[in-house]
Amino acid sequence: MKRIYMDHAATTPVRPEVLEAMLPYFSAEFGNPSSVYSWGRSARKALEGARDQVAALLGASPNEIVFTAGGSEGANLAIKGVAWADQNRGRHIITSAIEHHAVLDTVLWLETQGFEVTILPVDEYGLVSPAQVEAALRPDTILVSIMHANNEVGTIQPISEIGAIVRRHGARFHTDAVQTAGSLDLKVDALNVDLLSISAHKFYGPKGVGALYVRKGVRLSPHIHGGGQEKRRRSGTENVAGIVGLAKAFELAQAERETEVPRLTRLRDRLIEGLQRIPNTRVNGSLDSRLPGNVNVCFEYIEGESLLLNLDLRGIAASSGSACTSGSLDPSHVLLAMGLSHEIAHGSLRLTLGRDNTEEDVDFVLQEIPGIVERLRSMSPLYQG
Amino acid sequence: MYSDRVMDHFTNPRNVGEIPDANGVGEVGNARCGDIMKMWIKVENNVITDIKFKTFGCGAAIATSSMITEMAKGKTLEEAEQITNQQVAEALEGLPPVKMHCSNLAADALTAAIADYKKRAAGTSA
Repeated sequence: MKRIYMDHAATTPVRPEVLEAMLPYFSAEFGNPSSVYSWGRSARKALEGARDQVAALLGASPNEIVFTAGGSEGANLAIKGVAWADQNRGRHIITSAIEHHAVLDTVLWLETQGFEVTILPVDEYGLVSPAQVEAALRPDTILVSIMHANNEVGTIQPISEIGAIVRRHGARFHTDAVQTAGSLDLKVDALNVDLLSISAHKFYGPKGVGALYVRKGVRLSPHIHGGGQEKRRRSGTENVAGIVGLAKAFELAQAERETEVPRLTRLRDRLIEGLQRIPNTRVNGSLDSRLPGNVNVCFEYIEGESLLLNLDLRGIAASSGSACTSGSLDPSHVLLAMGLSHEIAHGSLRLTLGRDNTEEDVDFVLQEIPGIVERLRSMSPLYQG
Repeated sequence: MYSDRVMDHFTNPRNVGEIPDANGVGEVGNARCGDIMKMWIKVENNVITDIKFKTFGCGAAIATSSMITEMAKGKTLEEAEQITNQQVAEALEGLPPVKMHCSNLAADALTAAIADYKKRAAGTSA
């Protein structure tokens, strides 16, 4: 059976070029970058080369890049690091209701440690309003964290505009760019951000490695103490192979943006258009300000997990915001924050397109889904077909 | 994550639909939590001669609904009332732990249908 992967927002396969770049650093060039002898020096050279590459792609300077073990660590380090370092300036933090749990749960944990938290609502498209950010800023606000684009519904936030406001008020601004590193320009000066986190496995790099941009002058309290690596901001022997892979994957993704983004956008729009022909279907998120590969819809009267199981039986990999797939009793906090009812949120389907998807894949998915939806609806006590 | 037996009942659910002249109907769960099961029974001479269901829910919710219709068909009301959610899960060769509390409601739906039948029967004889 042909298998179609349409869950690229969850993770992506490592590109062959990336794997090839990484391989020497597992064996022949296995040295510890902190060692003085030749093995150490060549590992150090690879590490610093990767740092230069990442810095150039972000329009940053190499000493503003901290390598981490992924997006969750990056968000944790940015948020707790600034909160701890700046707590004498103030203890107020602002974020949005649709952040990834790596941000949201970190901020909520800080609330239990005596910080004050404002969680901004979003509109029906999942957009954070810059005016609301401005209204929420206080003299004691030390940090604002708003994601670049949402992982579930793909809504791209007005980060540059929000960043300018936050800077004017003297707070630090972090953006979780985990979903956008493969498809949007991440020049940190244009985005007006002080901190930005990315994760390699979302753009065809390896899992377990990420990078955090920390603008010069931003104080950051480390949370992994030890050997003082990464200019004392993140101790632990560097994941050299992973970091080399991250840099290579980031470079390829940014270089191919010009051709890949329009291609994915066309596939996305074809998919959305086809799915909208199914009755009682709503598209979630913004149609104007949306990630190129993201499709998110709700089919009324059916539940997401049973939809995913049926898709899997036909070789199609996708995800859902239903409670059954979120591991909690509630459906997606993102869909609920956008004003969807629990009933409807349970029937959400996310398809995220990537490099390996073709128009044939989209057409196959469009051919399979209507029948699955119809069958599940015919079994649903909520549906009066 | 699901057993073969769950997947069998999920992909080929038994006794899906409604019984127009059912004499007992039960519904449990709510859409808020993501599972609703509705069960129709036809009772003749104290025996469940026909049973059908409709379910809004995950794979486990659909499979347990299907399973219990097979377990209850041909049983007396007393026998059917003895079927527990645990027994349904066992007949399916187990359910993932997270599904045991939220999606394993089929016995409750059947009990509700039987209670509805008894209520109607009492109403007719009175």
